Amino acid sequence: MSLLSRILGRGEPPSGQIAKDRLQLVLVHDRISMPPAQMAAMKDELLSVVSRYFQVDSDGVEITLTQSRRTNRLVAEVPVFGALRRVVDS
Amino acid sequence: MGRVITVTSGKGGVGKTTATANIAAALAMAGRKVVAVDTDIGLRNLDVVLGLENRIVYDVVDVLEGRCRPRQALIRDKRMSELFLLPASQTRDKDAVQPEQMVTLCNDLRDQFDFIILDSPAGIERGFRVALAPADQVLIVTTPEVSAVRDADRVIGLVEAAEKGPPQLIINRLKRDMIRRGDMLSPDDVIEILAVDLIGLVPEDEAVVVSTNRGQPLVLDGNHLAGRAFRDIARRLQGEDVPLSEPRASRGVLSRIVRFVRQA
Repeated sequence: MSLLSRILGRGEPPSGQIAKDRLQLVLVHDRISMPPAQMAAMKDELLSVVSRYFQVDSDGVEITLTQSRRTNRLVAEVPVFGALRRVVDS
Repeated sequence: MGRVITVTSGKGGVGKTTATANIAAALAMAGRKVVAVDTDIGLRNLDVVLGLENRIVYDVVDVLEGRCRPRQALIRDKRMSELFLLPASQTRDKDAVQPEQMVTLCNDLRDQFDFIILDSPAGIERGFRVALAPADQVLIVTTPEVSAVRDADRVIGLVEAAEKGPPQLIINRLKRDMIRRGDMLSPDDVIEILAVDLIGLVPEDEAVVVSTNRGQPLVLDGNHLAGRAFRDIARRLQGEDVPLSEPRASRGVLSRIVRFVRQA
């Protein structure tokens, strides 16, 4: 990346930052030993459970694994519009 | 009672053998009695890096299978009388050694040496397990590249699962200019990602290639950057509190004087 485009704040971030971001993402999956496909399946299931109770804005859903030191955390951000009444049928 | 230190990495080619040879030599220069053990059965290399390949009679598998006593297989380095090599076998494979056998051998060596440094094979299979089994302390070598750091992370997990305590990290082949440009993971990045303690930062140094060509550990001669870094690691292993900074090339007379005064 040229100096000029860096000064102007354009273009890609430096490759060291890209390496760091990619590593952090891949290691979360390595450490929890869950392949991305299984993770995607879990997200779908999770979402289908939530959407039985809430009206969900599925475009805004963000479910990610994060880590601090060597512990992992599943963080789900699910924008909802309101509760669905009809689920209470027990 | 000697301490067993295993040097490992996961990924191959990141500098395990160079690190083992130079740390062992630096400890011997400091007056410690040291044996460097090559546990890479079938792919031995510590002998050539140390320049002792022409003096091998017996190897570690000969010792473990009772064809000779440990003393007969040990090669004394003529340049540093306190440094010994126990070479790997070149004709056998990793299945020739059990982890328990390596534990027994290292326990024998503890009586005679201050430090027993094991050079582990790459990978996370049998050979790695054999090298890990006797360890009191584990050093992980990585380079600031995605593949090496990823493999280091895997190995750190395995070391911790084997209850060998938190390993310590050596980051090898750092290039200051690339880090400054943002085109290489910095030591801080690597530490943040791996969440382990650092024991050494080793700059990229062409002198490493030259010293390997000659079979003379870098720490033996001169003031090369990487040699200084390995000497610093050896001092930390002996309990000295050496600040963790990457050695830099001196800029001029003034910085040389400052360093001379500090070392005096």
